[in-house]
Amino acid sequence: MSPEKMVMMANQIATFFRSQPGDDQPERIAEHLNDFWAPRMRAQFLAHVRDGGQGCDPLVVRAAAHVRAPVVRAD
Amino acid sequence: MKDFIIPGEDTDRGTPAKSGAPVTLVVDGIEVTVPEGTSVMRAASEAGIQVPKLCATDSLEAFGSCRLCVVEIEGRRGTPASCTTPVAAGMVVTTRSEKVQKIRRGVMELYISDHPLDCLTCSANGDCELQDMAGAVGLREVRYGPGETHFEVRSGGDANARYIPKDDSNPYFTYDPAKCIVCNRCVRACEEVQGTFALTIEGRGFDSRVSVGAPNFLESDCVSCGACVQACPTATLQEKSVIEIGTPERSVITTCAYCGVGCSFKAELSGDQLVRMVPWKHGKANRGHSCVKGRFAYGYAMHQDRILSPMIRDRITDPWREVSWEEAMSFAARRMRGLQEQYGKNSIGVITSSRCTNEETYLVQKLTRAVFGNNNTDTCARVCHSPTGYGLGQTFGTSAGTQDFDSVEHTDVVVVIGANPTDGHPVFASRLKKRLRAGAKLIVIDPRRIDLVRSAHVSAAHHLALRPGTNVAVVSAMAHVIVTEGLAAEEYIRERCDWEEYLAYSDFIRDPRHSPEATEMLTGVPAAELRAAARAFATGGNGAIYYGLGVTEHSQGSTTVMGIANLAMLTGNVGRKGVGVNPLRGQNNVQGSCDMGSFPHELPGYRHVKGAEVRAIFEQAWGVEIDPEPGLRIPNMLDAAVMGTFKGLYCQGEDILQSDPDTKHVAAGLAAMECVIVHDLFLNETANYAHVFLPGSSFLEKDGTFTNAERRINRVRRVMAPKNGYEDWEVTQLLANAMGANWRYTHPSQIMAEIALTTPSFAGVTYEVLEEKGSVQWPCNEAHPDGTPLMHVDGFVRGKGRFIVTEYVATDEKTGPRFPLLLTTGRILSQYNVGAQTRRTENVAWHDEDVLEIHPHDAEVRGLKDRDWVRLASRAGETSLRAKVTDRVSPGVVYTTFHHPDTQANVITTDFSDWATNCPEFKVTAVQVSQSNGPSDWQEGYAAHAERARRILPAAE
Repeated sequence: MSPEKMVMMANQIATFFRSQPGDDQPERIAEHLNDFWAPRMRAQFLAHVRDGGQGCDPLVVRAAAHVRAPVVRAD
Repeated sequence: MKDFIIPGEDTDRGTPAKSGAPVTLVVDGIEVTVPEGTSVMRAASEAGIQVPKLCATDSLEAFGSCRLCVVEIEGRRGTPASCTTPVAAGMVVTTRSEKVQKIRRGVMELYISDHPLDCLTCSANGDCELQDMAGAVGLREVRYGPGETHFEVRSGGDANARYIPKDDSNPYFTYDPAKCIVCNRCVRACEEVQGTFALTIEGRGFDSRVSVGAPNFLESDCVSCGACVQACPTATLQEKSVIEIGTPERSVITTCAYCGVGCSFKAELSGDQLVRMVPWKHGKANRGHSCVKGRFAYGYAMHQDRILSPMIRDRITDPWREVSWEEAMSFAARRMRGLQEQYGKNSIGVITSSRCTNEETYLVQKLTRAVFGNNNTDTCARVCHSPTGYGLGQTFGTSAGTQDFDSVEHTDVVVVIGANPTDGHPVFASRLKKRLRAGAKLIVIDPRRIDLVRSAHVSAAHHLALRPGTNVAVVSAMAHVIVTEGLAAEEYIRERCDWEEYLAYSDFIRDPRHSPEATEMLTGVPAAELRAAARAFATGGNGAIYYGLGVTEHSQGSTTVMGIANLAMLTGNVGRKGVGVNPLRGQNNVQGSCDMGSFPHELPGYRHVKGAEVRAIFEQAWGVEIDPEPGLRIPNMLDAAVMGTFKGLYCQGEDILQSDPDTKHVAAGLAAMECVIVHDLFLNETANYAHVFLPGSSFLEKDGTFTNAERRINRVRRVMAPKNGYEDWEVTQLLANAMGANWRYTHPSQIMAEIALTTPSFAGVTYEVLEEKGSVQWPCNEAHPDGTPLMHVDGFVRGKGRFIVTEYVATDEKTGPRFPLLLTTGRILSQYNVGAQTRRTENVAWHDEDVLEIHPHDAEVRGLKDRDWVRLASRAGETSLRAKVTDRVSPGVVYTTFHHPDTQANVITTDFSDWATNCPEFKVTAVQVSQSNGPSDWQEGYAAHAERARRILPAAE
């Protein structure tokens, strides 16, 4: 997927969880990504954040710490 | 397994069933006890005695016009009509006294004196109540001499002015006034059952005639639902198929394969030839009613365009080559396995069909999980109701509607939001309209003035014509009014919902930024109107919310679903009859395909693949290891294909090229794949990019189950042998086995047994139970052996209902100078989804092209007139179609349907999607409309490409 589209999708998720009460928004964003994003999408996401996270909402960058890095499996 | 059964019984008891205290009476010496309010006619029928009748039928209220059903009642004077006389305790009724028999013969004699005696050549011969009654009353002669009639073409050498020729304008049935006995049943069916009021009786006395108030049926308000044809006791309103073929001799009960209402039908056959589909009166979703699609539009199953042999080709630029099933399967298996070897296990996946049966869907997701070894499965629910699954799962704990359709009969205030039931879910709409005519209030939230806003004897108390994309703001404003005006059902909330979360929500929603006054500029909904609607919903009694894709297909689709759940909980409207949150599902088995684990993150029964315990159940049942990681969703598959990491797709019964947004992106994704297997009835648009085509079977040709929008599991029964040779589940099994699986299902009931074994909400579902009960609503298990009509009765499934904060976020799809209008899309009564089925029926008589609805103001400033060709462009693409100038849409909003591939409305729609589920934002696209001379370059190029891609090599001899 294009980086722009991925960033936009992650930012949309962050926008929702930002509005939620509590102080665990990064964890909840990460939980959503872990539950619904396929491993390759998460790998692309984590790499993007590692490379500076251009365009990412700061909340998305904070969530990245909680996103499960996909186990590299011998396909 | 019995293939042919008729559960229940079909005797016409004359008047509708009533509920009331038991009343005992005696009919012809037989004691019978019936509910108070029952007619004498029905009581007699319950006692096994059929009183002769013509104008009465148990789908309609008694009318009392034919006088054939007169009886004698001890202690009462005269001969009252048994249809209009209610029972009383101790009543003694005689139905066959000499006196009433004589009256009946006299009545029949008069009827027959104005009816042609062409019984032998009449299309209703053997299926005519007039004929039956003449026999039942012992009519032996007609003494009235030649005189004025309505049926003779000529009388006394001159043209008979009373004779009206047959009207065969409707493609499916004829109206022959010569056969009419003016019993009024058709007029009453159109009013009471369908609620369209297209028919009336004009004239009086001998001049009385059925009239459509138009030159003919096709040009009238008639919606061709078939209720009048069903009600007609003679050949006056008759299916053309019966006229052509003759009367059927057997029937099979099955379930319609169109919308999510899931109507039960009797497929009536002569041999293996389908004569007609008749709505089954014991069907619990439809209660004997139907719409033009289910009743009449089944001809696609026999259409010449159906592909009946498997086909393959190396490249999509090659013509198709017909091959044997063996060759097609080994070709497909070799390619798919080759892709996995070259690009990795996760490089292939499936799309399950929401049109196929539960059993078929279950097998397709099993194919990817157990045979491909990944979770790359998705279904077209992704592009329609995935936000429902997410939103209701989060708030209530189940991804499904809360009610049965019968519930609407107990509703006092109905909110219809983002749905157009009279077009999309017509049989439910008829049931809703019946309730509205009985006094329930209606609130419509829709950018368009849908038919429900104002039609015969129905009008919405409030129509909130919001700007597309502002659902969350409107729903939140309603909640704001309810909370700030002290209308919230706090006792209910304390008892059933998480109180802490409610307090947080209440603080959030009280903020003045959510008030209708603050959001009016944004939503376009006048604040006073919104306040009035919110008050009506909160204080009007039982409040029910029905919604459709106008809610889900937005970038905030999931948020709106949560907002709707909030509204229902706020007002205490979940957990009993007449209330609830009711998603109206688009396709027949959207609910079922979601239940069956079609989504890439969850196994059957909505259980996430990350759960080791859940995986263990399936690992044990299937003997394989299941990947704990979520797979790709449809849009992700297409993105991955364009990036070169997703290479192979098995797509069953869905046409993603036409139905999914941003056609050019879908086409690019498909073109980048190296093996696309399309399993369908027809060479659909997606098949233009396919390497393997596996012919599918229609719903008439297979056994299985569909699950409708009320969670009702209905049997689909095989009516005729599959024309392609295999039921669809068998085709999937062939493919799985060609890829090394060792599946040995011999009947879908075995697949259901596996579903029941692995999925708690289906634990009690077997084909035997379905034969016995007709249908059940899940959960059906030890705790609920008869199924569950109403959910969350004693508390929410997840424990406490959860209020979720719903902040409005504007979509990024914004109007501007280049694209100043907002396009929203929808569907129309006579067509279904991408039209692959309905375009191949006579339904094209009503809608043979997609048109663009545009407000007169917007049309005028662009110099457009009605029926002009217009160019419709967005940042994604452009197409052209004809304009329909109408004030149904507001200024600034345009609307079209997506039923025709040559228009391809989805060339225009963008790849924006719901934040939680990637459900595409079909309902909001910024567009410009301008004058045009005809089809766009893209359309012409596409048509040429489609023609090339559909070439089939002549079979080698």
